[in-house]
Amino acid sequence: MGLEKINMPQLGESVTEGTISSWLVQPGDQVNKYDPIAEVMTDKVNAEVPSSFTGTIKELVAQEDDTIEVGELMCYIEVEGAGSTEEAPVEKEVVEVEKSSDSPASSSQSKQNKTAISDDTTSKTRYSPAVMTLAQDNNIDLNQVEGSGRGGRITRKDVEKIIQSGDIPTSASSESDQSENKRSESATAQPSGVQTAEGDIEIPVTGVRKAIAQNMVKSTTEIPHAWMMVEVDVTGLVELRNSVKNQFKEKEGYSLTFFSFFVKAVAQALKEYPQLNSTWAGDKIIQRKAVNLNIAVAKEDELFVPVIKDADEKSIKGIAKDITALASKARQGKLTSKDMEGGTFTVNNTGSFGSVQSMGVINHPQAAILQVESIVKKPVFQDGMFGARDMVNLCLSLDHRVLDGLVAGNFLARVKEILEKMTKDNTSVY
Amino acid sequence: MAENRHKTLGLSDDEVLDMFRTMLLARKIDERMWLLNRAGKIPFVISCQGQEAAQVGASFALDREKDYALPYYRDMGVVLAFGMTAKDLMLSGFAKAEDPNSGGRQMPGHFGQKKNRIVTGSSPVTTQVPHAVGIALAGKMENKDFVSLVTFGEGSSNQGDFHEGANFAGVHKLPVIFMVENNKYAISVPVSKQLACEKVSDRAIGYGMPGHTVDGNDPLAVYEVVKEAADRGRNGEGPTLVEAVSYRLTPHSSDDDDRTYRERGEVDEAKKKDSIVTFAQYLREQNILTEEKEKALNEELDQLVNEATDYAENAAYAEAESALHYVYEE
Amino acid sequence: MAVISYIQAVTQALKEEMQRDEKVFVLGEDVGKRGGVFRATDGLYEEFGEARVLDTPLAESAIAGVGIGAAMYGMRPVAEMQFADFIMPAVNQIISEAAKTRYRSNNDWSVPMTIRAPYGGGVHGALYHSQSVEALFANQPGLKIVMPSTPYDVKGLLKASIRDNDPVLFFEHKRAYRLIKGEVPDEDYTLPIGKADVKREGSDITVITYGLCVHFALQAAEKLAEEGIEAHVLDLRTVYPLDQEAIIEAASKTGKVLLVTEDNKEGGIISEVSAIISENCLFDLDAPVKRLAGPDIPSMPYAPTMEKYFMMNPDKVEKAMRDLAEF
Repeated sequence: MGLEKINMPQLGESVTEGTISSWLVQPGDQVNKYDPIAEVMTDKVNAEVPSSFTGTIKELVAQEDDTIEVGELMCYIEVEGAGSTEEAPVEKEVVEVEKSSDSPASSSQSKQNKTAISDDTTSKTRYSPAVMTLAQDNNIDLNQVEGSGRGGRITRKDVEKIIQSGDIPTSASSESDQSENKRSESATAQPSGVQTAEGDIEIPVTGVRKAIAQNMVKSTTEIPHAWMMVEVDVTGLVELRNSVKNQFKEKEGYSLTFFSFFVKAVAQALKEYPQLNSTWAGDKIIQRKAVNLNIAVAKEDELFVPVIKDADEKSIKGIAKDITALASKARQGKLTSKDMEGGTFTVNNTGSFGSVQSMGVINHPQAAILQVESIVKKPVFQDGMFGARDMVNLCLSLDHRVLDGLVAGNFLARVKEILEKMTKDNTSVY
Repeated sequence: MAENRHKTLGLSDDEVLDMFRTMLLARKIDERMWLLNRAGKIPFVISCQGQEAAQVGASFALDREKDYALPYYRDMGVVLAFGMTAKDLMLSGFAKAEDPNSGGRQMPGHFGQKKNRIVTGSSPVTTQVPHAVGIALAGKMENKDFVSLVTFGEGSSNQGDFHEGANFAGVHKLPVIFMVENNKYAISVPVSKQLACEKVSDRAIGYGMPGHTVDGNDPLAVYEVVKEAADRGRNGEGPTLVEAVSYRLTPHSSDDDDRTYRERGEVDEAKKKDSIVTFAQYLREQNILTEEKEKALNEELDQLVNEATDYAENAAYAEAESALHYVYEE
Repeated sequence: MAVISYIQAVTQALKEEMQRDEKVFVLGEDVGKRGGVFRATDGLYEEFGEARVLDTPLAESAIAGVGIGAAMYGMRPVAEMQFADFIMPAVNQIISEAAKTRYRSNNDWSVPMTIRAPYGGGVHGALYHSQSVEALFANQPGLKIVMPSTPYDVKGLLKASIRDNDPVLFFEHKRAYRLIKGEVPDEDYTLPIGKADVKREGSDITVITYGLCVHFALQAAEKLAEEGIEAHVLDLRTVYPLDQEAIIEAASKTGKVLLVTEDNKEGGIISEVSAIISENCLFDLDAPVKRLAGPDIPSMPYAPTMEKYFMMNPDKVEKAMRDLAEF
């Protein structure tokens, strides 16, 4: 038995509401599918509304002479058997609505990624005729003006604001009208009052640098960070990787990096500890189903965090392939916003800089970030003797609102376990 | 026992039963569509009710393996006779991707299915008339012996395309059957305000073709004149205008309220002549439709309509972006 | 290569296509025995007979509608509207039917038909024998509109239109019929519909136009070349859908763009060209995009003074080109 709703149908192409002239059924009445249940009057037609189900009328919610909007509830009906097939499309719609109501969080996340990444300055010196005219008429040196348009382009409004302020800039302290991240912007973009001495170089904070600054401030001011580190013995993994890397490169055309193995292990552990794969959303915590891992890719003074989508479903080879593709796109400046969207957790390859320990700043609004440090050969006491082992530190930063030490510790222990079991004998990269 | 009219026309008992079955199926699909509309499940219905006899009688008089049909929006009886299925029509009602008429692009009633030579139609009325002439012209040029049947309402017989098309076919002696389904109303405007002549068929003489007015509630009468028209066409004697007079039993569409312009009594009177009732009566009198057969037929068609409804309701819509396809050849 | 006139290229294309494919036939008013009021179908009746060169009743909607029916069946009709001005009764058939048949039937049915019509002024044709009607049809997805300028383009594009599996409106400039002559290969060839053609290379200003105005622009360009102004002339050839790539390339090349049509100014083909340029070429533009067109009055009046005032000519184009070059 299930309770179903019967809503006001749309009767006529442009009709938005209907008036119930009379009910043809009472609570307790048994009706068949398509039996008339009410007479409804609209601007265009008068019609008998049929039941969409076979069952027993439970409650008449709308009264006679009530005018109700299309799609509003008319009555409840008790239906025999659960999950009637008739309503499948409606259910589908509901699912879609839920999806889209879910999206503000994810879209704000992707938006944030976008601002962090695609804010380049390629259009900084593209002046429109209007901007050129204003600059010439008002003797403005456009090199000193900051653009708020895409690609850092100076818009007519940017120039008009400067003219209105009467403060024709001679340094890079111009105001911008970015409305996003007001708070973090005030923490990063306001002139600090720091004095400069002769010989000092002033570098204007613009574009990607500015976006990174804003995001970092947002992450560190909003998220209460806590830290944790484990040491992992990856001797077996190193042996495994070294044994196949040449053949792999020859066969696949790209390198099999250690990082791919770490990403694989993290993805697998996240599946088991979804608490880490989540987002703080004020009055709730959203655990993500998809495991989409951001990886950090540096390019000169820019930092990109493209996403390996559904990393938990990919082989080590698949992950290596994604990393290669994303890194090459980043180097060529070809990353699209799509490449950056939807990340649920970040893995940072700090080891590539030779770092052995670091405290990562969480990629807002995620709940944690894992830093993979350098693999270092160390003497380790094992089975009663010292031996040379390949050791690596994994450093985890966690959002203490979302996570506590216990679950984070368990997660790290699991990652460690997976990595230490990756050996030639039991692991395939395919 | 009453006179056996269908034998005289060369129709077997099975054939007339099949005619009735097609008429009844059209009626049942149409009725279901109204219920679905009133339940808020499909946005629009436009009906065949009251015109099934003319539609099915005419279609059965043709060679449905090679002749062409250019139906108008009420012709559910024609398209069913030409091979469209209940499922096809329900898919169109629900605007689903599998709808063979348009893949969910057009409103219901805008029929078209090339494999059954049902030529695609639009909403501006009577545009299909010159198309029927063009198809007949092509057939003549290629020495084929098919005919084209084009149907439309009496209101449409005022459009230029009717007159231009009829004249063209008359001049070039093309095998076209122009069938007016005179249901007495063009939405709310009665036939008295549509025609200055007494009958639509009076117009035939102006285009050098014979014109017949028949009882559109009698499928056998319609069959007879359309059969004769088809024979004429195939013999190279040119087009024929047929006017089948019946009555529109429903409002113009699901968006119309006919109580604002016609008396209930008039509709009730027309229902007495409803072909679904009268033709069933004839078949009973001929002992073709026994009580047992009638019950079985109703059950079979109800099940067909139920299955078609369920299938169509649960079928997928076309992908949104597929709207971009087939503007031109791809 | 033989030098033939614009209208001879029309006739040659029709004749060759009818020889090549039995599905091709011609229908329209006076196209049969008379060979067309402009003689575009001259000799076809004698060669192919009255069944394939069909004199129809005087009813444009039927000419279009019967053509559509035949095309849906699988023929390749070439319908003639005696004057573009007289296409109006057929608009419902062209826009509601031909343009939408493929789309509305989800690719089940199609209309491989060509509708030819002479358009344009300068022939003392007054209001109803002088109009340019392309803009009326140029926002109807499903249609293609071809407006060639030279005999070579006429032959190649008319053949392509007849072989195209979608409806094509083929507008021929009636003043060009006997005025414009050019080399046309005897052998069979087609030109791509939807592709514009650079008729003259130049680096100072870009002129984008179509039809007879192409010749006005080319004549003006030769004069300006003596003054050291080199004009780049792009012939649209197909005015719907437009060759955006070629428009952007031509506009970007010089940054100074003059758009020319003999149609009225507001809401015409060149207004759409201008929109494409403004969407895509802001940072390449060196001057405002200029439109040179007929005035916004119904059509060309009969009296020679008023007709000349309306009609485009090489002097008007030259003046506008020089003006832009000096900007």
